[in-house]
Amino acid sequence: MNLRIMLYENPVRFSGRCAKFPPSQIIPMSSALSLLELLAPYPPGWGGVLLAGALSTLAISLGAYGIGILIGLAGALGKLAGGRPLVIALDLYTTAVRAIPELILIVGLYYAGTDGINRVLLAAGLPPIEINGFVAAVAVLGIVQGAYMTEVLRGAILAVPVDQIEAAKAFGMRPSLRFRRIVLPALIPNALPGLANLWMSVTKDSALIAVVGYQELALATRLAAGNTKHYFLFFFAAALLYLAISFLSNVIFGALEGHFRRGQPKNA
Amino acid sequence: MNFSWVSTYWSLLAAGAVQTVLLLVISVVFGFILAIGLALAQINGPRGLKWLARGYCTCLRGTPLLIQLWLLYYGVGSLLPLVPGLRSSFLWPVLREGFFFAAVSFTLNYAAYEAEVLRGALLAVPKGELEAARAFGMSPAQVLRRIWLPRAIRIALPTITGEVVLQLKATPLAFTVTVMDLYAVAYKVRQDTLLVYEPLMVVTVFYVFLTLLVTRAFKVVEAQVPVRR
Repeated sequence: MNLRIMLYENPVRFSGRCAKFPPSQIIPMSSALSLLELLAPYPPGWGGVLLAGALSTLAISLGAYGIGILIGLAGALGKLAGGRPLVIALDLYTTAVRAIPELILIVGLYYAGTDGINRVLLAAGLPPIEINGFVAAVAVLGIVQGAYMTEVLRGAILAVPVDQIEAAKAFGMRPSLRFRRIVLPALIPNALPGLANLWMSVTKDSALIAVVGYQELALATRLAAGNTKHYFLFFFAAALLYLAISFLSNVIFGALEGHFRRGQPKNA
Repeated sequence: MNFSWVSTYWSLLAAGAVQTVLLLVISVVFGFILAIGLALAQINGPRGLKWLARGYCTCLRGTPLLIQLWLLYYGVGSLLPLVPGLRSSFLWPVLREGFFFAAVSFTLNYAAYEAEVLRGALLAVPKGELEAARAFGMSPAQVLRRIWLPRAIRIALPTITGEVVLQLKATPLAFTVTVMDLYAVAYKVRQDTLLVYEPLMVVTVFYVFLTLLVTRAFKVVEAQVPVRR
């Protein structure tokens, strides 16, 4: 089993470090580089590493969000229209995921997932494979998102007026057509605020992937900061990048909500 | 499944649970006090203070807690020894611990989320009640203490329960800054015994139990005031 947790193996304890070095030596090595040079996008600076990390954070978040929407849609429909065993199983899934800390879920699912797949392969007589960190990260975060998404979409579907669905039935629409033409367009405005919240939380939860050793923005920042000893500068820069992602998402979701609520009365 | 390690590690587990609960209580209590100030500043503070409070909430809600924690622990932590006289002061044994930084960053983060909740609740208090309080001749401070805040907290109570549970689920992050909380104990057990799932399971049970405890406690508090439905 590949135990790739790297955070705890080299905890930098200030007490120890500062006891050894006088304060003047705490910022050694690259103090020759100015702050701007440190953030430059080409090799002596670490800006490129941070930007690449931000891109992979976005990629992980998008992937996990997509998987989450698929799981959530299936889960919501299952909870609303499924048989009793299915409803119980889905309740267990959403309750468990929402009650267990994300960090434990991510670490547990990450190791259980990679380990489980390799055991299946071993049982089938195939050689074990090294699972891509990106795929694992997306899958794990997607499963977590799916649970929250199930609840958001279930609420949104329930908020669609029953009369509209009855009218669709009266027109003789098949269930699939009814879902596509009536339920889906009507549920999106209801679900959008919740969906926006979940997107915000997945961009921030993706930082937890750093703990299993996949290099996204948080881990890239740690790397840059550890190498240059400019901890404050780099973590501050990373915080600004996350903030930029949040702001941009706010604008996009605002526009989306405006688009999907067109034709609805204001202040409704 | 092998749980024989529990007998040797139970004292560590108990100590870890204490650390987790301590982090939760500290961040919720101090965060709540901070949140009251932030929410009031956002509602009717002077313009500068209003923008400051709003900016604070946006920044802390827009960045991951992990980054905030590391910014404090590694960033501010590496600057602290440069403050003259601090290292020889009586505060240093506290200031060099990861626990201190975890407690501070969790408190600041919780305050930002809670302030938004409280802001909404303060605005949701019926205007008539505040007018009635003023008509009784209460000073603004008295209105706040006797009517406005208690009513707002009542309105926000279900949301606060959710926020506290979310805060509980955020505490394992403290393990990345050398705090021996519940999750760190599970990590240590894994390093010592090479068991991966069992320690995670035991710790998960602890967290779920704590979640149930928190929701129960808040249910009791909610039931204190009868609500007409």
